[in-house]
Amino acid sequence: MKFSENWLRHHVPTNASRGELAATLTAIGLEVEDVTALGEALDGVIVARIVSARKHPEADRLQVCEVDTGNGVVQIVCGAPNARAGLIAPLAMVGAQLPGGIAIKAAKLRGVESSGMLCSAKELGIDPDASGLLELPADAPVGMPLATYIGLPDATIEIKLTPNRADCFCVRGIAFDVAAALDGNVIPLDAEPVPAQSDATMKVSLEAGARVPRFTGRVIDNVNATVQTPVWMAERLRRSGLRPVSFLVDVTQYVMLELGQPMHAFDKDTLEGEIVVRPARKGESLALLDGRTVELDEDFLVVSDSRGGRAVHAVALGGIMGGLDTRVTNATSNVFLEAAHWIPSAIIGRSRKLGMFTDAAHRFERGVDPQLPGIAVEYATRLILDIAGGVAGPLIDVTLSEHLHAPKPIVLRRTRLARVLGLTVADGEVVRIFTALGMKLEPLDDGWRVTAPSRRFDIEREEDLIEEVARIHGYENIPTHTPAGALALVTEPEARLNELALREQLAAREYHEAVNLAFVSHTLLEKWSFTEQLVPLANPLSADLAVMRPSLLPGLIQALSHNRARQQDRVRLFEMGRVFHECGSLHKSPTIPGRTPQTSNIPPVETPSLAIVSAGHARAEQWGEAARPLDFFDLKGDLDALIAWGGEPQRWAAHADGLPGWLHPGRAARVTRDGETVGYLGALHPRLAKELDLSPDVHVLELALDPLLGRRLPKALPVQRFPSVRRDIAVDVPEQVSWSQIEQAVRATLGTTLAELRLFDRYSGKGVEAGRKSLAMGLILQDASRTLTDDDADCCVRNVVSALEAGCEAKLRG
Amino acid sequence: MEDLDSRAGQALAEIDKTDTLDALDALRVSLLGKSGIVTAALKVLGTLSPEERKTRGAEVNRVKERLSDALGARKQVLEQAELDRRLASEKLDISMPGRNGERGGIHPITRALERIAAIFARLGYQRADGPEIEDDWHNFEALNFPPHHPARAMHDTFYFGDGRLLRTHTSPVQIRSMKGRQPPIRIIAPGKVYRSDSDQTHSPMFHQIEGLLVDETSSFADLKGTLAEFVRAFFERDFEMRFRPSYFPFTEPSAEVDIRWDAEDGSTRWLEVLGCGMVHPNVLKNCGIDPERYTGFAFGLGVERFAMLRYGVSDLRAFFENDLRFLKQFA
Repeated sequence: MKFSENWLRHHVPTNASRGELAATLTAIGLEVEDVTALGEALDGVIVARIVSARKHPEADRLQVCEVDTGNGVVQIVCGAPNARAGLIAPLAMVGAQLPGGIAIKAAKLRGVESSGMLCSAKELGIDPDASGLLELPADAPVGMPLATYIGLPDATIEIKLTPNRADCFCVRGIAFDVAAALDGNVIPLDAEPVPAQSDATMKVSLEAGARVPRFTGRVIDNVNATVQTPVWMAERLRRSGLRPVSFLVDVTQYVMLELGQPMHAFDKDTLEGEIVVRPARKGESLALLDGRTVELDEDFLVVSDSRGGRAVHAVALGGIMGGLDTRVTNATSNVFLEAAHWIPSAIIGRSRKLGMFTDAAHRFERGVDPQLPGIAVEYATRLILDIAGGVAGPLIDVTLSEHLHAPKPIVLRRTRLARVLGLTVADGEVVRIFTALGMKLEPLDDGWRVTAPSRRFDIEREEDLIEEVARIHGYENIPTHTPAGALALVTEPEARLNELALREQLAAREYHEAVNLAFVSHTLLEKWSFTEQLVPLANPLSADLAVMRPSLLPGLIQALSHNRARQQDRVRLFEMGRVFHECGSLHKSPTIPGRTPQTSNIPPVETPSLAIVSAGHARAEQWGEAARPLDFFDLKGDLDALIAWGGEPQRWAAHADGLPGWLHPGRAARVTRDGETVGYLGALHPRLAKELDLSPDVHVLELALDPLLGRRLPKALPVQRFPSVRRDIAVDVPEQVSWSQIEQAVRATLGTTLAELRLFDRYSGKGVEAGRKSLAMGLILQDASRTLTDDDADCCVRNVVSALEAGCEAKLRG
Repeated sequence: MEDLDSRAGQALAEIDKTDTLDALDALRVSLLGKSGIVTAALKVLGTLSPEERKTRGAEVNRVKERLSDALGARKQVLEQAELDRRLASEKLDISMPGRNGERGGIHPITRALERIAAIFARLGYQRADGPEIEDDWHNFEALNFPPHHPARAMHDTFYFGDGRLLRTHTSPVQIRSMKGRQPPIRIIAPGKVYRSDSDQTHSPMFHQIEGLLVDETSSFADLKGTLAEFVRAFFERDFEMRFRPSYFPFTEPSAEVDIRWDAEDGSTRWLEVLGCGMVHPNVLKNCGIDPERYTGFAFGLGVERFAMLRYGVSDLRAFFENDLRFLKQFA
């Protein structure tokens, strides 16, 4: 909301400086976003009249003007297209300094003397209009300083209004708040009823029930629609961000800005029969003031007349914009003024649906004082009669009072006020604040009974009153205090790892944490073959951000590519975030987003997950070790370390089967915990790597986070007293026999005697038959009750070897 | 006897001249070994009378001691010299980099978020969480946003086909945390939130932290005190702070908090860092808490804003590009 500072001061006189005024507005919740000073340097600019204008002898575009300054005539060379004899315009005299920094000096322009400069609004810094000289009314007093004449200096103040303060969408609304904050008074509004001078009227019927409970209006005949809008009115509009259009339109805008009531002026002669306010019909179309034709439905309200039958023809889009055919023009002489009360729920979202924004709709969406329409019509009538003449008919006021909001008294308890604020506000101050805000007040033993004025329909309960006291008394006057309330000690379960600690572990293993947006494109997901159980947005920002990620990997791989394209060869990233899957059994019923929510019972599943991507050498480039490309076992080592941290590695297993299509079928694993699949790791499938333009060394891991965070609460056992014995054996087995098969066979054979099993070599090639491999392992043997003898150990080895021979086609080597 | 003495004198000179441990050992054997001169002298003792044997024995032993001491001393000198030589040859260029000294790092958003959560944890706030895909009731309705409320329009909401939505703020966690339990309640709810807005200063996904305290005594003054302490603890310095009246449907009175920020060019400006207010009685009621008995306050803050201020990040988008040259600055 933009408004003129002087206009506000006109309603609430105060000695506060501009800075103090702005600080006050912000301090009471009307946050000042911008203050633009206007007309700060207009000394030496006066109202002047062009006596004559003739063509410059040397330049086609210039004119030589004789200009009356009220104190003699000076010669001015001027290039403005609208410079003409008889025009009254601002003149910057020699010595003046304009806001843009231009110093006015006597000069010769193409050989002709010029003693000053005739100015456009832009040159004076009061409006962006630079199309020609600022045209002043014919009755403007020649010789008067321009600043005095148009009420400068002034400032445009722009405030950001919160949705609850619809009452401050006008100068007078703001004035009440300022008066309360600065202990001032709002000048009473002169909106006396204008007596009817004729019986010209319109029949009005309201047929939209509670949606339009009030409609007021007035017929004014014989108006001079071509009268120039007075400078004071035009300037106030301009400084409040509205461009003057024509007098009748300007009056409606002016009343809206000053009082808050959006109004519309019809050319009465274009209306036929009676006025009916009703819901629009499906498919009904209406040509609007801005030239657009819109198609409506029952959700919209229209004002209609009787062209083609009663209530058939729409002439205005209720609460949003007037119609094109019935607008006022320069040819208008009889006017029908309208000010109605459209309730917010009847207007909200409607203009957005049509892709338009109007000041009227913006105000009605948030609510307008239901008592205001009649006052606005009287006030506008007076302005029109005074400036453009005319004969006024009686005030038309159709009200469905049963649907009109009436303020209800609310009790404010003194103790509640003190408790919520943590401050006791003196009774006198409470009374002063409510009175200044226009509230009616009745003292009670334990507080007050307060009735808000009709413009403050946001005041509905005790808390609203508490907020008013806090706001006007000043948040800065509320003390600062540390809570002393009861406090429960928060226990952290020890059997669960902390996510931050997990992140630090990954950082220690040379991974950098990434944060990606949680949405990805369908196209990317198709490349990865993620096509099932997706959760797409109904209103995505773009196709790139259309689906909730079913996996962290597509986004993380994009981040990897981003870095590889920027000379980073070794990229190690991890991310922790949720992945989203539709519940399989959900029956989907498409609805319009945000309108009629039909929430099904089963929400999508959100799984907190951890993903890792890694590419480049296994170790950062170094002098002390040979460079080696990263492989599956590097990543598996990282996983093993995380699993070991939880203390229960026996619950975890890696499987070569059941892999998703995006992994290399031979260099990847499915990870289970307690037999349940919790994620995957391995090299990307070469086909996918190629499609994503990645080198084949890219390895990935993705796991559900929860299983990783499980941790064993330690339960101490006595340390083994007897020494262990080590025996090493090497066997050769067919390639397809996995280490885990061997491990299981060894463990099953030795049971608790096996303290540890270490694989320390794997070899294939020369000396080993083709299709076979040699594995060397160390058996650490130990008994809880005695020291094992050499015979014991040899017996163990024999048993293991025969078990491996029997179960794994193993042959003992050398 | 003279012979032994002169041999000993000679041997002492030889010991001093010996410059390797091996030579020294050979010398030791020739002097003190089985066929050494001392052993030979001792063998002669048996042929002497008891008196002579006594004096002579003492003399031989003295010589033996002298030689043995001299050998020991020389051995120490030579060993030290050899150690010095070896140490000199074993000198490393310790300026070369160590092995596997690389480290990754956590994201600056995580870093700021965890710092904030830790501050509130010390004040007894328990961590809470809720789904990112929310329903209308938790995200809006229960927080006192009636349908069609203009405040809803200020939340550019992402919807799903079934009417669910991506939470636009962490405030629904307030509802989830209060339902089914009674005060005292102190929770902190960090997490991702979503708004359909994307430009230089808006990301469609960002991070918020919601705080909530409900008990029998809390007031707006407590809210002011808590947030003032928090801001000081986070930035480790004092700020001029300003509480401005504002509007959120789920708090009343509501405020926005500005801090007086010193820009690098020396200018200062008010910077909005928090939204807060006293929990609206309707919200307490929606969660089954008696608003007459209990009062509370809630606050919400944008983690990215705090991370930007704390670490001097000037472009919001840098957080989501995951460029290692950016990330490595936060290791």
